[in-house]
Amino acid sequence: MQKVNLVSNICSATEEVFSMMLDLPITVGEAYVEVNHDESFNGVESLIGLAGAWVGAGRLSCSTALACRLSGALLCAKYEYVNEDVLDAMAEVTNMIIGSVKTRIEDDFGPMGLSIPTVIFGRNYKARSTGGGDWTVVPFFCDGDRLDVKICLAPGNANSHQGPRAQPSAQHVL
Amino acid sequence: MALDVLIVDDSAAIRKILQRVLVQAEVPLGKVIEANDGREALDRLNAEKVGLILSDINMPNMDGLELLATIRANDQWKSVPIIMITTEGSQNKVLQALELGANGYVRKPFTADQIKEKLVGII
Repeated sequence: MQKVNLVSNICSATEEVFSMMLDLPITVGEAYVEVNHDESFNGVESLIGLAGAWVGAGRLSCSTALACRLSGALLCAKYEYVNEDVLDAMAEVTNMIIGSVKTRIEDDFGPMGLSIPTVIFGRNYKARSTGGGDWTVVPFFCDGDRLDVKICLAPGNANSHQGPRAQPSAQHVL
Repeated sequence: MALDVLIVDDSAAIRKILQRVLVQAEVPLGKVIEANDGREALDRLNAEKVGLILSDINMPNMDGLELLATIRANDQWKSVPIIMITTEGSQNKVLQALELGANGYVRKPFTADQIKEKLVGII
């Protein structure tokens, strides 16, 4: 069965957004598969749904400080704390990164729709998407601050026996 | 002559960025009118004349392709240049937008130069 290079597509999409829209440096860490994530989180998390023959979600997670920095870079402004502008900017960064990944993988996974992003922020919370599939996680570092870009995909019910299975490929980790 | 522009996107961040990009692209801006989705865009068009529309595709209430088709079917608005600015990058979506009458298509993420390039010859 064909392995689809999610990690490489996540890297390309993220680097493209950082260079074209944010003008911020990033380095990529080692990708991994996250199973049954149960740790609580402090910071900003942005989720966006994917639906087609394959269904799932994309997620960006980072600290509030990095969210403020990314938003400031996007909007040419300075943010000391998370406010409506920061939430909106993080939603749009998520839309662009996951949307770009979606376009890149549609040849293998078929056409997919993208939902409107949902952004959550706070302390000591857990978020979970139901529906199966493991999360492919690619960590990025922007001047030491970590941003995780995650994608989870599983066959839709009508196509559970068809299509490539999404797995990270170690040879494509940068 | 100053150009009145309608920017249609459910992201306030993108609407701000596009305003900035239009200035960087040295577009002689008049009024900048914003709409959160296709329905709001039609309300704005009923109230204001514009010389250019920049529109996202994926929006709630009415998406950009439906907005595009509605505008092109209306005698009052059918000649207004429309550029789609969207994360939708598949060939099918691009062709669909161009067939519906979009004058240009820019994929997000974008640079100011890419927007400027699309505007040349349109405005």
